[in-house]
Amino acid sequence: MTRILIPSGALGLDYDKAALARGVAMKPDLIAIDGGSTDSGPSYLGRGVSKYARSSTKKEWKGLIEAARAAGCPLVIGTAGTCGTDSTVDWLLDITRECLAELGHSARIATLKCEQDADVIAAALDTGRLSPLPAAPEIDAQTITGCEHIVALAGAEQIMAALETGADIVIAGRTTDTAIIAALPLDRGDHAGGAWHGAKIGECGALCASNPQSGVLMVEFDAKGFTVNPLAETAKATPETVFAHMLYENSDPFVLHEPGGYLDVTNAEYQALDDTRVRVEGSAWHVADTYAVKLEGARIAGYQTVLMATVRDRHYVANAQAWVDDILVKHAAKVADRMGLQAEDYSVELRLVGMDSTLGTLEQGDVTPNEAGVLCIVTAADQQTANEIGKLMNPYLLHHPLTREEEQPTFSFPFSPAEIDRGAAYEFCLHHVLRLDDPMDAFRLGVIDA
Amino acid sequence: MPEIGKVARKVRSKNAGPFWLTIDIFCGDPKAFAQISQGLSTDRVATALEADASTIKRFDIAQLNVIKISLPRPVVQGHASDRDMHGAAWASVIAELEIN
Repeated sequence: MTRILIPSGALGLDYDKAALARGVAMKPDLIAIDGGSTDSGPSYLGRGVSKYARSSTKKEWKGLIEAARAAGCPLVIGTAGTCGTDSTVDWLLDITRECLAELGHSARIATLKCEQDADVIAAALDTGRLSPLPAAPEIDAQTITGCEHIVALAGAEQIMAALETGADIVIAGRTTDTAIIAALPLDRGDHAGGAWHGAKIGECGALCASNPQSGVLMVEFDAKGFTVNPLAETAKATPETVFAHMLYENSDPFVLHEPGGYLDVTNAEYQALDDTRVRVEGSAWHVADTYAVKLEGARIAGYQTVLMATVRDRHYVANAQAWVDDILVKHAAKVADRMGLQAEDYSVELRLVGMDSTLGTLEQGDVTPNEAGVLCIVTAADQQTANEIGKLMNPYLLHHPLTREEEQPTFSFPFSPAEIDRGAAYEFCLHHVLRLDDPMDAFRLGVIDA
Repeated sequence: MPEIGKVARKVRSKNAGPFWLTIDIFCGDPKAFAQISQGLSTDRVATALEADASTIKRFDIAQLNVIKISLPRPVVQGHASDRDMHGAAWASVIAELEIN
């Protein structure tokens, strides 16, 4: 049997310390925690930085280093620093050194770097080693070389290679959410379908149970399947909560693709062992003919300046859409006149907050609110241009009348200056897999005794 | 007829990676599941979401009383014209549809 202790869904979200201590006392074989995802958008991968505060990350990571030492087992993080670039692996390595120094401990640290050379990936496109996934964008060599960062998602093989260095702590760049949990059970010969399925169920910690915020979860793997055991006092797993986790952030609740194959849980059976633990058997792992890893890439899509105004005058709130439509026409003419820019050179949106700014054309509601926010988003080729276009918008949002006949109105600005430069806007531009001859081909392992 | 959100226990939506969106309707019990499963066609979902019905993946899971709807994101997550980074609000579009 292989016991994997999962403190929470992500480092930075905190965990229940009493439940973690309970897990440590059960002698886990490994502590695994996820460090990121694409879910907060392309900016983190584009810049190669973490979403979570360094102070939270350090405090929680230090607690996990101590927990792993007390349990006598390795500690593994996947997708370190939100996006799993080389820079965020190094960021967490620095934090790890600080934690070890403050604790007065030494440890062997393995780093698994997952960042890709854009020229190598562009060459792989040429040689037919890249394949698009469903709903992938069209790409060419320029798309690839235009990326700020490209990462490949490591699977169980690369995590196992890092563990085989004898590391006490593994800091991995981008991995699949499941790989850090599935690697050791797979290596020990536990049931392969169970290893991947249990890893998927456990990847967000106690999100597969009641009281999902409690975080801490133990998953026990063996030759036939796995057992889910949430460790917080109030958390309970039921067959429904466990099965339902297959729905989470997953387009298909029965099939999950991983490097080297896919998991099919169609025939899985979920059984309550008592009122907190659930037993799962019957999931199947299918080995693929080729070994492929998913790629993620982010590039700069332009530079943005935003403005915010609020409209409280009932007449303007009632006619807000006509008002912003008129502003957009007049502003475009002014940008053409003053800057010589045409519609294809930049974009400007005026989103009506309180009316349809979230859903756009999908909005069906028609309640007139007390006020409307006007969120202006300018995207242009460089920051100076975006700011200049924003400055040309400013007078309209302050004083533009619905009709020429009425007195000049004035609207509310929360800030001075009204223009806020947002810096680069990034976009995800790869949704592809890269075929490898050997799982380690796209990955680099480092060992540091600290 | 009542809105789906009034009959179902919960409707949620989220990204399934940057290129896909997934909506889960937790009906709550077999009666509500049958009512929503039969009273919400995939074509109506497609119209409400301005999506091509042929791109929608739908799973009616009686065991969980859940209907899951997945579709390619209308704009890729984080694109300049994306209004909803985490895909949170598509659930409301479905929750506010009436059951036929």
